[in-house]
Amino acid sequence: MNKIFPSIEAAIEDIQDGSSVMIGGFGGSGAPIELIGALLHRYRKTGSPGSLTVINNNAGTGGIGIAAMIDAGMVAKMICSFPRTSQPRAFTERYLAGEIELELVPQGTLAERIRAGGAGIPAFYTPTSYGTDLAKGKPVAEFEGRHYVQERWLKADVALIKAETADHKGNLIYNKAARNFAPLMAMAARTTIVQATHIVEPGAIEPEHVVTPGIFVDRIVEVADPRQEEVLVREGATQ
Amino acid sequence: MTAKLTNAQIAWRAAQDIPDGAYVNLGIGFPEMVAKFKPEGREVIYHTENGILDFGEAPPAGQEDWDLINAGKKPVTLKPGAALFHHADSFAMVRGGHLDVAILGAFEVAENGDLANWSTGPGSVPAVGGAMDLVHGAKRVAVITDHVTKGGKPKLVKKCSLPLTGVGCVTTVYTSLAVVDIVNARFVLREKLPGMSLDELQGLTGATLLVNGGVKDLIVPEV
Repeated sequence: MNKIFPSIEAAIEDIQDGSSVMIGGFGGSGAPIELIGALLHRYRKTGSPGSLTVINNNAGTGGIGIAAMIDAGMVAKMICSFPRTSQPRAFTERYLAGEIELELVPQGTLAERIRAGGAGIPAFYTPTSYGTDLAKGKPVAEFEGRHYVQERWLKADVALIKAETADHKGNLIYNKAARNFAPLMAMAARTTIVQATHIVEPGAIEPEHVVTPGIFVDRIVEVADPRQEEVLVREGATQ
Repeated sequence: MTAKLTNAQIAWRAAQDIPDGAYVNLGIGFPEMVAKFKPEGREVIYHTENGILDFGEAPPAGQEDWDLINAGKKPVTLKPGAALFHHADSFAMVRGGHLDVAILGAFEVAENGDLANWSTGPGSVPAVGGAMDLVHGAKRVAVITDHVTKGGKPKLVKKCSLPLTGVGCVTTVYTSLAVVDIVNARFVLREKLPGMSLDELQGLTGATLLVNGGVKDLIVPEV
């Protein structure tokens, strides 16, 4: 088995217009900048894939990553918990102009919805958001004297993920807190595409150390010297 | 009228009530300041939503690892014995009742423990982050806040007027003037600034302050 793709372009070339795309990362930590870059390049050249629904904790910062996708006009909808970042211009402009849809989800509910999507659980109950505006229209039930809100699973066509190390079978290790949503998204997407800083032979990752088992990963590309979103944003870079 | 506490002093006061060995989540912004005032000799393990237990202070400038940040997107360090985990595990710690204390900011707190701290209403980009999760599950949910708004209106109220973060979730409020516990859906005054009369404090509070067996002086050092 070998899930290594020859190029980053080949790994993303079949993502369709209107796809739902989970993008790993929390702010700049774990953002797969090179996979996003390849998608941006394809969109600018061919006009596709557009009308995307992007799922991430945030909605992009500065002119990099998801913010660059929004600026390019590829994103029709964001599903996220916190679209206000240090430099939220790209999303804010489009949102206030009514040009992008927002589904605001509490952060823990977002994580659990994605986990549920990957785990085959169509709905679950959580105490989060009970009695608030974000619970409006959702079924409520009482368990052991407390109220809980029903939330539904969240799945996607594609997940774009940054890992530190991958083996040919797709087993992954992340760098520190860059892990965040990535293991959940890898489970919940039909096609999970990973950019890895290091690619190693099967067996080189201790089985005890595997964070995302390879069954959740479809495609791997090597990006040996990945750029870090926060560093780029601080440099004022655009993508 | 006695000078109200500074934000640093409110944070100091809240820090004194964090027990040794507690697992604690500090909200983004002002609540992060509480960590600075951890009493000597106590061990506190800090949790951050994005998947770290036992993180420490920011690294020196130039030595940041931007893959190692807290929920406020600020660089942090790992203490010996730290743990990393994904977002679903992180919020299992939150909702599952495993955190001892969560400390958040507030726009308004109602006497029944309702909290409003995420939205000032329509007109801006809404953002909620982990606040709605954090208010459910931690054994104690404490709020640190000025006692009144910049315009002088009470932040401790009968009923919140702003969109709620959670219902009946706050257990203690540390303000610039007082420490108030929420017991059986009522404000119970635990401490107040010594120079301030109960009437004066009540006048700045939007719901009745009950006194159960005496009020202690709120005494905080210069910090």
